[in-house]
Amino acid sequence: MSPQDRELVAQLCAARAGLHVDPDKSYLIESRLGSVARREGFGSLEDLMAALRQKREDRLAWGIVEAMAPTESAFFRDRTPFALFREEVLPAVAALRGGEPVRIWSAACAAGQEAYSLAMIVEDERSKLPGLKVELFGSDIGERQLEKAQSGFYTQFEVQRGLPIRLLIRHFERDGEMWAISPRIRQMVRWRRVNLVADLSTAGRFDVIFCRYVISALVEPMRVRLLENLARALAPEGFLFLGQDEDVAGLQGAFQPVGGRPGLYARNPAFRIAA
Amino acid sequence: MRARPRESFARPYGSLTNPRQKRAGREAFHLKTCLVVDDSRVIRKVARRILEDIGFDIAEASDGLEALAWCRAAMPDAVLLDWNMPVMTGIEFLKILRAEPGGERPTVVFCTVENDVDRIREALDCGADEYIMKPFDGDIIAVKFAEAGLT
Repeated sequence: MSPQDRELVAQLCAARAGLHVDPDKSYLIESRLGSVARREGFGSLEDLMAALRQKREDRLAWGIVEAMAPTESAFFRDRTPFALFREEVLPAVAALRGGEPVRIWSAACAAGQEAYSLAMIVEDERSKLPGLKVELFGSDIGERQLEKAQSGFYTQFEVQRGLPIRLLIRHFERDGEMWAISPRIRQMVRWRRVNLVADLSTAGRFDVIFCRYVISALVEPMRVRLLENLARALAPEGFLFLGQDEDVAGLQGAFQPVGGRPGLYARNPAFRIAA
Repeated sequence: MRARPRESFARPYGSLTNPRQKRAGREAFHLKTCLVVDDSRVIRKVARRILEDIGFDIAEASDGLEALAWCRAAMPDAVLLDWNMPVMTGIEFLKILRAEPGGERPTVVFCTVENDVDRIREALDCGADEYIMKPFDGDIIAVKFAEAGLT
């Protein structure tokens, strides 16, 4: 691929999804787009890019953006946030909501491991939280990722990255070479394609948002927009989980770090976003 | 050919018990020890390399009986345990180990091609702490050992 083509890919990703793509990483770009070219029936990456330039087709452009989005994911990734969710955040928001449903959003969920990790925790904590009602949502920018998430099928490698063995045998069944999550857990999550830097005013309100390793994948100007969107979508007493080494510095005043709990932020109820 | 001569049952040697084999400065860190039990020399070698990288001192055994001899001489902090081995299988070893004095202490992580849910349940019922299905890689060992509270 020519430097111009790679530059175009980077611009496209930044403009549509706020994604930071380094145009110098030719190997990454070419390997990710190779599968798009094959799927769309192009003989080469050059043909793919030529078609993009000529037709300016929305579907093709999004195919490229989705292919460049990070897909790294694991069950209970980093462990600590999930322990925090189980032990402190879930009981707190459940008490706050009374009998009303607690709404939880796994934003940029990739193949769904984060959303299902949360679903397993909710399921396993039910006995301690009588009357608990939960609505769990998973969203990603990639259609293919969402399809995989929705299917609930994972490889043996994937179920061994972060999933304790007792949870594997409690919530999964082996299906040939793959492992399938139980229908009970699968049906707890609703999936939706969401571009986190687009207009999210209709996304609804959530008590807990997991949005990890998204800020750090965005170009600088889009980080503020993401944080504004999250502030708008988070209930006044809600909690936001970010990835390790990510912070809310882009948007002053909207979130407060929760003391001694790295990566956990509370919504500042007094903060209002200009319309 | 056996990996280690029979007399090692009475007095195991190697980095677990012989201070002369310890590298300078190691004592200060009190490395955790892991006994790698597998009848495949290749698997033992791969596992050793991965576990040494995440900070374990390694001993090796090629079947359950040999592993038991190691444990009776010096109880390791962790055991990475294959299931199907000649002489004594992993599950037989585990049952005996858990009944020995101090045998409840080591964290036992199975590492086997057995991936049947019933087999996994059997291993957990017999006292295994975690379970790895082969094939494995360094990542999986690292996260499973963290899961089992070893790192």
